Amino acid sequence: MRILVVVAAVIALGIGATAYALRAPDKPAVAVEAGAVDLSEQGRLIFMDEISGKVASVPLSSPGGPRRVSSLSCKRFYTAARQGLCLADAQGPLPGSTAVFVDQALGEQRRVEVAGVPNRAKLSADGRMASWTTFVTGDSYSQAGTFSTRTAIFDKQTEVYSSNIEGTSVEGIKMANDMNYWGVTFTADDRTYYATMSTAGKTYLIQGDAVEESAKPLRENVECPSLSPDGTRVAFKKRVPGDGARPWREHVLDLRTMVETPLAETRGIDDQVVWLDNDTIAYGLPGEGIWAVQANGEGAPRQLVPHASSPSLV
Amino acid sequence: MYIATARQAPAAGGTGRIAGNVLALGAVSLLTDVSSEMVTAILPLYLVLGLGFSPLQFGVLDGIYTGVTALVRVAGGHAADRWQRRKLVAGLGYGISAVGKAGFARAAGTSATAMGLVLAGDRTGKGLRTAPRDALITLSSEPSALGRAFGVHRAMDTVGAFLGPLIAFCLLWTLPARYDVVFVVSFCFALLGLLVLVLFVRDHRDVLPRVAVSLRSAFGLLRSRPFRRVCLVACGLGFLTLGDGFIYLLLQKKLDIEVAYIALLPLGTAGVYLLAAVPMGALADRLGRWRIFLAGHLALLGAYLLLAGTSGIGLLAGVLLLHGLFYACTDGVLMAVVGPLMPDELRTSGLALLQTGQVLARACSSVLFGALWTWFAW
Repeated sequence: MRILVVVAAVIALGIGATAYALRAPDKPAVAVEAGAVDLSEQGRLIFMDEISGKVASVPLSSPGGPRRVSSLSCKRFYTAARQGLCLADAQGPLPGSTAVFVDQALGEQRRVEVAGVPNRAKLSADGRMASWTTFVTGDSYSQAGTFSTRTAIFDKQTEVYSSNIEGTSVEGIKMANDMNYWGVTFTADDRTYYATMSTAGKTYLIQGDAVEESAKPLRENVECPSLSPDGTRVAFKKRVPGDGARPWREHVLDLRTMVETPLAETRGIDDQVVWLDNDTIAYGLPGEGIWAVQANGEGAPRQLVPHASSPSLV
Repeated sequence: MYIATARQAPAAGGTGRIAGNVLALGAVSLLTDVSSEMVTAILPLYLVLGLGFSPLQFGVLDGIYTGVTALVRVAGGHAADRWQRRKLVAGLGYGISAVGKAGFARAAGTSATAMGLVLAGDRTGKGLRTAPRDALITLSSEPSALGRAFGVHRAMDTVGAFLGPLIAFCLLWTLPARYDVVFVVSFCFALLGLLVLVLFVRDHRDVLPRVAVSLRSAFGLLRSRPFRRVCLVACGLGFLTLGDGFIYLLLQKKLDIEVAYIALLPLGTAGVYLLAAVPMGALADRLGRWRIFLAGHLALLGAYLLLAGTSGIGLLAGVLLLHGLFYACTDGVLMAVVGPLMPDELRTSGLALLQTGQVLARACSSVLFGALWTWFAW
């Protein structure tokens, strides 16, 4: 009798769970138009379409309108100088990533297998220097389940590839096992970059040299820097007091005066933002799509594309 | 003074049959472990990828739940003794964890606070159920075969720990990014475990103790010399025990294992534990449980020496073998040492007290080694 009850429960729960798994998740409808995603078509915003998981594009002049969706699946995508960098989940049961370099028609040129789950990807303005960050779990001292980051830099011209820039020495800071780097943004010389380095619970904005593999700290409490097109300012997220899963406020630092300005967006941004021009930044908010806000601290944030993340501009 | 009521010391003999109650509790643990290990395996990915947590926040959450289990254990053990309702308290623990699994699926969207609550709930359940369950195993088994009984239970438990991550990753593989499905399936396993507990596990309810069972009398157990000695040694050894994560990390560094495969190392330990738990339990009944418990730590010491000395495939196999043996010789065996030392009316409290001490000692050592590891770039 008791056995029958258990058998019945196994059957009932099995059917229930299967039905739940097969039930198509509710997908919001968005307007899609025919056409290819082309990384040479000026004035289009490229992003990850959260509904299909594919790279898509809309004209920046009407970002809420119908989108073109490609067949390239990524977690994170970035375009610059008619080239693209796609950071995708690796195939298979274990977590891993693949960095895929694509041409303007999203055709694959090269791929690099990477440990960890995808997080950030960025190209330098002329497309030569690629960098990406993944989260690696189980790589830490205390528990399975804690994370560390791995950040790679790939020079497309010389084909020099450093799979983990953890060996970079930072002036005045003792090398330690808990040093983590992420969120690389290159300057126009394709050698100097800005990035985040964390150690002993603090995060630093560092200015690094990709050839010398050295860096110097500029400032504390800075994560995910992004350099403006004119190279004079860095947008970054800064940890502020407050609850929530994302206790960050986006700031812009003027590198000439070292004055920082909080932006009008008060929701926590956990993203490496992009600059649409010298006065505007764009960023993804989980579940709320892509938004934009003025870089001088004024104005109000506005939504660009719903159900989307990982923006970059052609 | 409490020792006067203690049961007889282990002796050879007995029919050697494992009680149905122990098998039922093993099945409950197996199902519950499938459920909880499924979640543990994917939780970091879910929080960071699904909900957009930062790894740092995850670390904080992780710390919260270690603390919670330690506190709740003593309370659970005390409640079980006071009302002599071990099955009820254990069932409450399994139930709370099951509800927690359902909570994950719905949880809390992006709020760190809500997620922390769900996690804390899940761990509360685990803290509550462990001591009453081990007390039931003690009461259901012949004293002479107690080591083997715990061995059988821990082996079944480990089968669950083995299957859980496997099921979770296979689900995510076939249904990419459907973390919600993993939580729903995990919830189903938790419910099944609870059902088996309700239907098949018999409670052992002694008459309510004449003397009131108070928290004070529970801590008073520490006045008995044999128990105090066991507690001191177990906690001291616990303090010298490196966290599992640390051992796997050292293995990874020495052998330069692909990071993606670190997740597979615990399966090696679990496999050895699984196979050795019953033989080591039986050996403990025959040769003396305390002796085997100490021998288990020698195995661990051996693993450390290997980590310091050798390299290559021998290192990998040797460390995982010794690490698994360590678990087989210590985890269930310690409960078999202590169970018979306890007076009936305070058995659950005593087990809970010892487990709490061990957990706290390990947490301290983990923090200490963590700090050392962080500050010295080894």
